[in-house]
Amino acid sequence: MAATVRIPTVLRPAMGGLTTVTVEGSTIGAVLTELTTTYPAIEGQLLNQDGTLHRFLNVYVNDDDVRYIGGVNAPVGEDDEITLLPAVAGGVA
Amino acid sequence: MLTLTPAIRNAMVATCIRALPNEGCGLLIGRVDGDDATATEIVPSPNVAASARVYEIDSRVLLRAFRRVDDEGSAVLGVFHSHTHSEAYPSPTDVRQAPDPAWHYILVSLRDIPAVVRSFRIKDDTVTSEDIYIEE
Repeated sequence: MAATVRIPTVLRPAMGGLTTVTVEGSTIGAVLTELTTTYPAIEGQLLNQDGTLHRFLNVYVNDDDVRYIGGVNAPVGEDDEITLLPAVAGGVA
Repeated sequence: MLTLTPAIRNAMVATCIRALPNEGCGLLIGRVDGDDATATEIVPSPNVAASARVYEIDSRVLLRAFRRVDDEGSAVLGVFHSHTHSEAYPSPTDVRQAPDPAWHYILVSLRDIPAVVRSFRIKDDTVTSEDIYIEE
């Protein structure tokens, strides 16, 4: 099962400048693990050591935020588009 | 250097005023030219943190913006947000959580009238002020 993953600009330098990649995997966790294996420079930026999603990463499957459809267990289909986005937050606190 | 039109500067300030008493926020879209950038529009976002002390851009706003700029060949230049009662300078939280070293970080201070708008680069936890050129 191969899905297309859209790469955010902040990760592109560590991934040869690619804007999208095709990755095998039937769940979000499997896809992110495969990405990290292929591009070791991004290790620690997608998944925590315990396999959960990194706090400052948003992941969408098509138009669905994976936090609401199973997190790392969210299913990934053949023609799905996965988008990785940095969390954009801050403030004086 | 970051180039803005007066309309874009005013739209950022207006977005932040509308968000009061909470911090306001949004994205800056435009063209990148090396270390410089020219903003062509802003995309206001709800502050999903709904707080006067912290902000978070709605990830659905990010999703739509990133898809669109990839298709158009433009770029997300950075993010703006307000400090309601403090100066227009990145807080330690802003620095720690800065998502992209290529971005321009715009601070809108509503502490004083008129509002103060400043732009910064944040790389490796180091903050550098940059000039804003207002193109009439």
